[in-house]
Amino acid sequence: MFKKRPILFNYFLFALLSFVLIGTLHAETITLYSGRSKSLVDPIIQQFEKETGIEVKVSYANTTQLAAKLLTEGRKSPASLFWAQDAGALGAVSAEKLFEKLPKSILNKVPKTFRHDDGYWIATSGRARVLAYSPERVKMEALPESVFDLTQPKWRGKVGWAPLNASFQAFVTAMRAQVGEERAEKWLRDMKANGAKAYPKNTPIIEALAAGEIDLGLPNHYYLFRFKKRDSKYPVEQTFFKAKDVGNIVNVAGIGLLKSSDNKKTALKLVEFLLSTKAQQYFVSEVFEYPVTEGVIPNANLLPLEELLKIVPKFDLNEMDDLEGTIKLLRRAGIM
Amino acid sequence: MIPLGYLIAKAFDVEGTALVENLFRWRNAKLFLNTLLLTVGVLIVDILLATPAAWLTTHADLRGKRVFSVLCALPLAIPGYVMALALLGLGGNNGIFAALFGKSLPRLSGYWGALIALSFYTSPYLFLNLRTALLGLDPSLEESARSLGYRQWGVFIRVVLPQLRPAFYAAGLLICLHVLGDFGVVSLMRYETFSYALYIEYNMAFNHNYAAWLALVLLAFTGCLLYLETRLLSKVALHRAGHGTSRHRTLIPLREWKSIGYLYLSLLFITTVMIPAATVFIWMFREFEVSALGGLLEALIGSVSVAVPSAVGCAVLAVPFTYVGVRYSSRFSNTLARIPYIVYAIPPLAFALSIIFFIGSRGTIIVLICACILHFLAEAIGPVRSPLYQASPHLEEAARSLGCSPFQAFFRTLFPLLTRGMLIATALVFLATMKELPLTFLLRPPEYETLAVNVWDYTNEAMFAQAAPYAFVILLFSALFVRILIRKEEV
Repeated sequence: MFKKRPILFNYFLFALLSFVLIGTLHAETITLYSGRSKSLVDPIIQQFEKETGIEVKVSYANTTQLAAKLLTEGRKSPASLFWAQDAGALGAVSAEKLFEKLPKSILNKVPKTFRHDDGYWIATSGRARVLAYSPERVKMEALPESVFDLTQPKWRGKVGWAPLNASFQAFVTAMRAQVGEERAEKWLRDMKANGAKAYPKNTPIIEALAAGEIDLGLPNHYYLFRFKKRDSKYPVEQTFFKAKDVGNIVNVAGIGLLKSSDNKKTALKLVEFLLSTKAQQYFVSEVFEYPVTEGVIPNANLLPLEELLKIVPKFDLNEMDDLEGTIKLLRRAGIM
Repeated sequence: MIPLGYLIAKAFDVEGTALVENLFRWRNAKLFLNTLLLTVGVLIVDILLATPAAWLTTHADLRGKRVFSVLCALPLAIPGYVMALALLGLGGNNGIFAALFGKSLPRLSGYWGALIALSFYTSPYLFLNLRTALLGLDPSLEESARSLGYRQWGVFIRVVLPQLRPAFYAAGLLICLHVLGDFGVVSLMRYETFSYALYIEYNMAFNHNYAAWLALVLLAFTGCLLYLETRLLSKVALHRAGHGTSRHRTLIPLREWKSIGYLYLSLLFITTVMIPAATVFIWMFREFEVSALGGLLEALIGSVSVAVPSAVGCAVLAVPFTYVGVRYSSRFSNTLARIPYIVYAIPPLAFALSIIFFIGSRGTIIVLICACILHFLAEAIGPVRSPLYQASPHLEEAARSLGCSPFQAFFRTLFPLLTRGMLIATALVFLATMKELPLTFLLRPPEYETLAVNVWDYTNEAMFAQAAPYAFVILLFSALFVRILIRKEEV
């Protein structure tokens, strides 16, 4: 026993040394809090690591939970970047002044629609809100033209929505900005009175459509593609409302640089990379999302960016981060 | 205590009027009522499901009792939302049942959907607790009852059931707390309970002050349950009064009822384990991708490296907590012994955030393991407590009189009797930790992966085929681990 110890100790020293060596080789590391799923973004992060040699340590969790974590940690957070699934969470972190202003060179990469005036965060990709329907039970021409038509008696008990979902809430925020609090509240109350069924998130809406529980639903645009990829005859279709209807809002995922970051320059390289054509092309081709920069080959399933911008309502990212107001409204309307 | 202080500090940071508006809403009262209805329903269904199963696998002369025991514990390895998704996926026009038999079943939802899904996956709590208690029963009591002319049924109801009280209460508490805290199942089934209010506060609002109030309401309710439990258990003494040790139990011959016993256990297995497992199987083979298997090993190592230490830690730590509660029963010790339940009832998100608040978030696995031990300790209490109630205090007294120190007396006499309970406690906590999500999400170090996190991540993005292998490995590995523990237990 006693003779063995020094050898073990040597091994230990060797291991320690090699760790230190590896550590110095990988001197450049950034810590990223990602509210976007690992399954969606891991490949592009790996690509970034391969190209730049910068190591990205990612903590994946739900966007809101990460925002809460950042607010609890404050300036002592180990994170350099916060990549969120929606504008509401970015707004909350930004309101606590935890973000650093992004440089002009980065902000100018995207059209004005996709950036915040303050410049504290920037959109990385877009997700459209759509009208999903069951082609077996609703004919194309019978589809409602506007999200406001869903309160008609003929859709009683036939519409599914996800009021607890951040994407839905972003849509309500946009609606408030466009038609005012009162009309938004009336719509919510009317929807509830019309027997809209509340699902926890987007996927269950699509499954309920296929199962025959509902005829119309209000999900994000990309979930259906995953079902179709598995089964091309999946009995659900989706479309936009008429051009400029508030139901066609585009939500963004976005990223911000944290003041707590100890290597901001390196962190910005990742932001730049996410806005590069390569990364944007990945979001479009693999994740079925909309790009935020020009020059990307459109996905056959998606509208090209210019077409999309023609049908989306006028919206202002500056107004999209007031999640608190939306939650108050949803409470008042008795939705939650 | 720290998380509790954190909650209270948060709670006092609000304006009065806004608080009254948000907390005392008609809607919250309705949610609370819904929760109560669901809790009572789940308790009843669990008792009906688990009691016969526990009796059959311990006291009856059936074969393959260990295998059945593992199978009855397995639903616990299935994440609640996967259970709900599986049950939902059965019915409807596009459901699995329709695909197999050409006729669609009505789709589960609402109260009944939530009731079925929750009962299925919480039933092992009761099953494992009852099993430990049943195995430790002294057969002489039953024999005396029979000699006094009671029939088998009468013996069960008048003699066996009353002795199972500590097990029923411990499992009942866990089940109640599970139903109170569950959001995954009830939201998929579209049945609104109190956890909706909590979920909204913790996941939508970034300021958690109202959330803290709701959590405190939940804790107050838990406190009431605990008080009730303490009162019910206050005068319970279940150990042998006579001399000597209990004899080996002779199994009760079921004779013509045997096939019904097998049928019951098999049906239980088919509905609670096979349905979700088959659903996961179908997910996997509708669109199989070898690339999805890439992260499997890493995730398995991650899961096990937290689940094993947490499970062992809980089983060990449960001993002192239950010991003071049972042996030195006083108001103080009873409160102390029930602290783990209070910790368990703190919403995990609040628990994790309070840890981050106090020790910062350079997350390491150690922090995560400690958090899991504190959180899951309550699950280990029940199985350790039952044998303690069954062990006579005279044992230690005898050991003391023969010159042992208190510690020696404990380790030489009581400890061997507790091992069975500790093994089952380890199994319970292991199964629970394998599917743990909220603590892992907030406290894990970067790059640390678990199976449960992957299942959640992929199902969340509707990539069921990719989620399936991870869910399978949880199930297989849990079965294996519980099998090993149950084998050990009977040696």
